[in-house]
Amino acid sequence: MSLNDVFNISGSGMSAQSLRLNTTASNIANAETVSSSTGETYRARHPVFATMFNEQQQGMGQSLFASQEQAGQGVEVLGVVESDAELQSRYEPDHPMADEQGYVFYPNVNIVEEMANMMAASRAYQTNVEIMNATKTMLQRVLTLGQ
Amino acid sequence: MTINFDNALGIHEKALTFRGQRAAVLANNVANSETPNYKARDLDFQAVLAAQQSGDDKGFAASTTHSRHINTESLLDQAAGLRFRTPLQPSLDGNTVDADVEQSAFAKNAIELQASFTFLNSKFKGLMTALRGE
Repeated sequence: MSLNDVFNISGSGMSAQSLRLNTTASNIANAETVSSSTGETYRARHPVFATMFNEQQQGMGQSLFASQEQAGQGVEVLGVVESDAELQSRYEPDHPMADEQGYVFYPNVNIVEEMANMMAASRAYQTNVEIMNATKTMLQRVLTLGQ
Repeated sequence: MTINFDNALGIHEKALTFRGQRAAVLANNVANSETPNYKARDLDFQAVLAAQQSGDDKGFAASTTHSRHINTESLLDQAAGLRFRTPLQPSLDGNTVDADVEQSAFAKNAIELQASFTFLNSKFKGLMTALRGE
Protein backbone atom coordinates (compact mmCIF):
# COMPACT_ATOMS: atom_id res chain seq x y z
CA MET A 1 0.00 0.00 0.00
CA SER A 2 1.56 3.24 -1.09
CA LEU A 3 0.96 6.24 -3.29
CA ASN A 4 1.36 4.11 -6.42
CA ASP A 5 -1.60 1.96 -5.38
CA VAL A 6 -3.89 4.98 -5.39
CA PHE A 7 -3.82 4.95 -9.20
CA ASN A 8 -5.08 1.35 -9.27
CA ILE A 9 -7.68 2.04 -6.57
CA SER A 10 -9.06 5.20 -8.16
CA GLY A 11 -8.88 3.54 -11.58
CA SER A 12 -10.99 0.62 -10.36
CA GLY A 13 -13.48 3.12 -8.91
CA MET A 14 -13.65 4.99 -12.21
CA SER A 15 -14.20 1.84 -14.25
CA ALA A 16 -16.92 0.64 -11.83
CA GLN A 17 -18.72 3.98 -11.99
CA SER A 18 -18.49 4.15 -15.78
CA LEU A 19 -20.01 0.66 -15.97
CA ARG A 20 -22.82 1.95 -13.76
CA LEU A 21 -23.28 4.91 -16.14
CA ASN A 22 -23.39 2.41 -19.02
CA THR A 23 -26.16 0.34 -17.45
CA THR A 24 -28.07 3.54 -16.67
CA ALA A 25 -27.76 4.65 -20.29
CA SER A 26 -28.91 1.22 -21.44
CA ASN A 27 -31.90 1.33 -19.08
CA ILE A 28 -33.00 4.79 -20.19
CA ALA A 29 -32.49 3.94 -23.88
CA ASN A 30 -34.66 0.84 -23.48
CA ALA A 31 -37.28 2.43 -21.23
CA GLU A 32 -39.89 2.24 -24.01
CA THR A 33 -38.79 -1.02 -25.64
CA VAL A 34 -42.02 -3.00 -25.72
CA SER A 35 -42.61 -6.67 -26.38
CA SER A 36 -45.58 -8.99 -26.55
CA SER A 37 -44.55 -11.36 -23.72
CA THR A 38 -43.15 -10.93 -20.21
CA GLY A 39 -40.18 -13.18 -20.97
CA GLU A 40 -38.83 -11.06 -23.82
CA THR A 41 -39.30 -7.65 -22.23
CA TYR A 42 -36.23 -5.66 -21.26
CA ARG A 43 -35.64 -5.47 -17.51
CA ALA A 44 -33.70 -2.71 -15.71
CA ARG A 45 -30.09 -3.71 -15.08
CA HIS A 46 -27.95 -2.64 -12.15
CA PRO A 47 -24.31 -3.45 -11.30
CA VAL A 48 -23.32 -5.00 -7.95
CA PHE A 49 -20.19 -3.50 -6.38
CA ALA A 50 -17.85 -5.22 -3.95
CA THR A 51 -14.54 -4.31 -2.30
CA MET A 52 -11.38 -5.88 -3.70
CA PHE A 53 -8.83 -7.25 -1.24
CA ASN A 54 -5.22 -8.23 -1.65
CA GLU A 55 -5.54 -12.00 -2.15
CA GLN A 56 -1.91 -12.72 -1.33
CA GLN A 57 -2.37 -11.28 2.13
CA GLN A 58 -5.71 -13.02 2.58
CA GLY A 59 -4.23 -16.39 1.72
CA MET A 60 -1.67 -16.16 4.49
CA GLY A 61 -4.32 -17.36 6.92
CA GLN A 62 -2.90 -15.58 9.94
CA SER A 63 -6.25 -14.99 11.54
CA LEU A 64 -9.96 -15.31 11.01
CA PHE A 65 -10.25 -11.55 10.56
CA ALA A 66 -7.53 -11.25 7.92
CA SER A 67 -9.78 -9.13 5.72
CA GLN A 68 -10.27 -6.67 8.58
CA GLU A 69 -6.55 -6.25 9.07
CA GLN A 70 -6.07 -4.77 5.64
CA ALA A 71 -7.73 -1.95 3.80
CA GLY A 72 -9.23 -2.83 0.43
CA GLN A 73 -7.47 -2.47 -2.89
CA GLY A 74 -10.30 -0.87 -4.81
CA VAL A 75 -13.75 -1.77 -6.03
CA GLU A 76 -14.87 -4.46 -8.43
CA VAL A 77 -18.12 -5.21 -10.21
CA LEU A 78 -19.34 -8.66 -9.19
CA GLY A 79 -22.00 -8.73 -11.87
CA VAL A 80 -24.99 -7.02 -13.40
CA VAL A 81 -28.38 -8.07 -12.06
CA GLU A 82 -31.76 -7.60 -13.71
CA SER A 83 -34.49 -6.01 -11.64
CA ASP A 84 -37.38 -8.35 -10.79
CA ALA A 85 -39.87 -5.53 -10.28
CA GLU A 86 -43.19 -6.00 -12.02
CA LEU A 87 -43.40 -5.14 -15.75
CA GLN A 88 -46.01 -2.68 -16.90
CA SER A 89 -48.67 -4.18 -19.11
CA ARG A 90 -50.69 -1.67 -21.08
CA TYR A 91 -53.81 -2.28 -23.14
CA GLU A 92 -52.88 -1.09 -26.64
CA PRO A 93 -54.72 -3.31 -29.14
CA ASP A 94 -53.57 -1.18 -32.11
CA HIS A 95 -49.90 -1.72 -31.26
CA PRO A 96 -48.11 -4.06 -33.73
CA MET A 97 -46.50 -5.91 -30.79
CA ALA A 98 -49.79 -6.47 -28.92
CA ASP A 99 -50.61 -10.06 -27.86
CA GLU A 100 -53.95 -11.83 -28.43
CA GLN A 101 -55.64 -9.96 -25.58
CA GLY A 102 -54.31 -6.64 -26.87
CA TYR A 103 -51.65 -6.06 -24.23
CA VAL A 104 -48.05 -4.89 -24.71
CA PHE A 105 -45.41 -5.12 -21.98
CA TYR A 106 -43.23 -2.16 -21.06
CA PRO A 107 -39.90 -2.54 -19.17
CA ASN A 108 -39.73 -2.00 -15.39
CA VAL A 109 -37.33 0.94 -15.81
CA ASN A 110 -37.90 3.76 -13.33
CA ILE A 111 -36.67 6.89 -15.11
CA VAL A 112 -36.47 9.01 -11.93
CA GLU A 113 -34.41 6.33 -10.19
CA GLU A 114 -32.14 6.04 -13.23
CA MET A 115 -31.53 9.79 -13.35
CA ALA A 116 -30.61 9.82 -9.65
CA ASN A 117 -28.30 6.86 -10.29
CA MET A 118 -26.69 8.70 -13.18
CA MET A 119 -25.98 11.80 -11.09
CA ALA A 120 -24.55 9.74 -8.22
CA ALA A 121 -22.34 7.76 -10.61
CA SER A 122 -20.95 10.83 -12.36
CA ARG A 123 -20.26 12.54 -9.00
CA ALA A 124 -18.45 9.46 -7.71
CA TYR A 125 -16.47 9.29 -10.97
CA GLN A 126 -15.45 12.94 -10.57
CA THR A 127 -14.31 12.38 -6.99
CA ASN A 128 -12.14 9.47 -8.09
CA VAL A 129 -10.58 11.59 -10.84
CA GLU A 130 -9.83 14.34 -8.31
CA ILE A 131 -8.19 11.85 -5.94
CA MET A 132 -6.05 10.59 -8.81
CA ASN A 133 -5.04 14.12 -9.80
CA ALA A 134 -4.09 15.03 -6.23
CA THR A 135 -2.01 11.86 -5.96
CA LYS A 136 -0.23 12.69 -9.21
CA THR A 137 0.77 16.08 -7.78
CA MET A 138 1.95 14.40 -4.56
CA LEU A 139 4.07 11.86 -6.44
CA GLN A 140 5.60 14.52 -8.68
CA ARG A 141 6.55 16.48 -5.56
CA VAL A 142 8.12 13.40 -3.95
CA LEU A 143 10.16 12.81 -7.10
CA THR A 144 11.99 16.10 -6.50
CA LEU A 145 13.48 14.74 -3.25
CA GLY A 146 17.07 15.85 -2.80
CA GLN A 147 17.01 18.46 -5.55
CA MET B 1 31.87 9.81 13.30
CA THR B 2 30.11 8.43 10.25
CA ILE B 3 27.08 9.76 8.46
CA ASN B 4 24.19 7.41 9.21
CA PHE B 5 21.05 7.83 7.10
CA ASP B 6 18.82 6.35 9.80
CA ASN B 7 20.00 8.85 12.39
CA ALA B 8 20.09 11.74 9.98
CA LEU B 9 16.62 11.32 8.51
CA GLY B 10 14.89 10.43 11.77
CA ILE B 11 11.14 9.93 11.83
CA HIS B 12 10.39 11.81 8.63
CA GLU B 13 11.14 8.93 6.28
CA LYS B 14 8.58 6.73 8.02
CA ALA B 15 6.14 9.60 8.36
CA LEU B 16 6.26 10.01 4.57
CA THR B 17 5.60 6.27 4.11
CA PHE B 18 2.67 6.49 6.54
CA ARG B 19 1.13 9.43 4.64
CA GLY B 20 1.43 7.49 1.39
CA GLN B 21 -0.31 4.48 2.89
CA ARG B 22 -3.03 6.61 4.44
CA ALA B 23 -3.63 8.21 1.03
CA ALA B 24 -4.23 4.71 -0.39
CA VAL B 25 -6.67 3.82 2.43
CA LEU B 26 -8.63 7.06 1.92
CA ALA B 27 -8.65 6.61 -1.87
CA ASN B 28 -10.07 3.13 -1.29
CA ASN B 29 -12.88 4.66 0.78
CA VAL B 30 -13.75 7.03 -2.05
CA ALA B 31 -13.62 4.22 -4.63
CA ASN B 32 -16.01 2.18 -2.44
CA SER B 33 -18.36 5.09 -1.70
CA GLU B 34 -21.21 3.20 -3.41
CA THR B 35 -20.37 -0.37 -2.34
CA PRO B 36 -23.08 -1.94 -0.15
CA ASN B 37 -21.94 -2.92 3.37
CA TYR B 38 -18.51 -1.33 2.93
CA LYS B 39 -17.20 0.19 6.17
CA ALA B 40 -14.92 3.21 5.83
CA ARG B 41 -11.37 2.69 7.14
CA ASP B 42 -8.67 5.06 8.29
CA LEU B 43 -5.14 4.81 9.63
CA ASP B 44 -4.52 6.16 13.12
CA PHE B 45 -1.19 7.99 13.19
CA GLN B 46 -0.75 7.75 16.97
CA ALA B 47 -1.38 3.99 17.05
CA VAL B 48 1.10 3.31 14.23
CA LEU B 49 3.67 5.58 15.89
CA ALA B 50 3.20 3.81 19.23
CA ALA B 51 3.55 0.38 17.59
CA GLN B 52 6.74 1.49 15.83
CA GLN B 53 8.25 2.94 18.99
CA SER B 54 7.42 -0.02 21.23
CA GLY B 55 8.58 -2.40 18.51
CA ASP B 56 5.58 -4.70 18.82
CA ASP B 57 4.37 -4.17 15.26
CA LYS B 58 3.92 -7.48 13.50
CA GLY B 59 4.47 -6.31 10.00
CA PHE B 60 6.37 -8.05 7.25
CA ALA B 61 9.77 -9.02 8.62
CA ALA B 62 12.62 -10.82 6.89
CA SER B 63 14.95 -12.94 9.00
CA THR B 64 18.57 -11.93 8.72
CA THR B 65 20.74 -15.05 8.72
CA HIS B 66 23.81 -13.46 7.23
CA SER B 67 25.76 -10.42 8.29
CA ARG B 68 25.25 -8.79 4.88
CA HIS B 69 21.47 -9.20 4.84
CA ILE B 70 19.62 -5.91 4.83
CA ASN B 71 16.90 -5.54 7.45
CA THR B 72 13.40 -4.47 6.53
CA GLU B 73 12.78 -1.84 9.13
CA SER B 74 11.38 0.79 6.80
CA LEU B 75 8.13 -1.17 6.43
CA LEU B 76 5.13 -0.15 8.48
CA ASP B 77 2.57 -2.41 10.10
CA GLN B 78 -0.78 -1.16 8.81
CA ALA B 79 -2.93 -3.38 10.98
CA ALA B 80 -1.61 -1.60 14.08
CA GLY B 81 -3.42 1.59 13.12
CA LEU B 82 -6.23 0.48 10.85
CA ARG B 83 -9.56 1.59 12.31
CA PHE B 84 -13.18 1.79 11.22
CA ARG B 85 -14.59 5.26 10.88
CA THR B 86 -17.56 6.22 13.05
CA PRO B 87 -20.35 7.10 10.61
CA LEU B 88 -21.97 10.53 10.93
CA GLN B 89 -24.97 9.50 8.87
CA PRO B 90 -25.42 5.73 8.41
CA SER B 91 -27.08 4.71 5.17
CA LEU B 92 -29.57 1.93 4.54
CA ASP B 93 -27.22 -0.24 2.46
CA GLY B 94 -24.71 -0.52 5.33
CA ASN B 95 -22.14 1.74 3.70
CA THR B 96 -20.42 4.17 6.09
CA VAL B 97 -18.47 6.26 3.57
CA ASP B 98 -19.14 10.00 3.56
CA ALA B 99 -17.47 11.18 0.34
CA ASP B 100 -17.04 14.76 1.61
CA VAL B 101 -15.37 13.63 4.84
CA GLU B 102 -13.04 11.33 2.90
CA GLN B 103 -12.17 14.02 0.37
CA SER B 104 -11.31 16.56 3.06
CA ALA B 105 -9.28 13.95 4.97
CA PHE B 106 -7.44 13.16 1.73
CA ALA B 107 -6.67 16.85 1.13
CA LYS B 108 -5.41 17.24 4.71
CA ASN B 109 -3.28 14.11 4.34
CA ALA B 110 -1.80 15.53 1.11
CA ILE B 111 -0.75 18.68 2.97
CA GLU B 112 0.75 16.58 5.77
CA LEU B 113 2.64 14.54 3.17
CA GLN B 114 4.04 17.80 1.79
CA ALA B 115 5.11 18.77 5.30
CA SER B 116 6.87 15.44 5.85
CA PHE B 117 8.47 15.77 2.45
CA THR B 118 9.72 19.27 3.21
CA PHE B 119 11.27 18.07 6.48
CA LEU B 120 12.91 15.13 4.73
CA ASN B 121 14.17 17.35 1.93
CA SER B 122 15.71 19.79 4.40
CA LYS B 123 17.48 16.86 6.09
CA PHE B 124 19.03 15.92 2.76
CA LYS B 125 19.97 19.54 2.11
CA GLY B 126 21.69 19.62 5.51
CA LEU B 127 23.61 16.44 4.66
CA MET B 128 24.68 17.91 1.32
CA THR B 129 25.95 21.04 3.03
CA ALA B 130 27.91 18.88 5.51
CA LEU B 131 29.41 16.83 2.68
CA ARG B 132 30.47 19.86 0.66
CA GLY B 133 31.94 21.59 3.68
CA GLU B 134 31.63 24.99 2.11
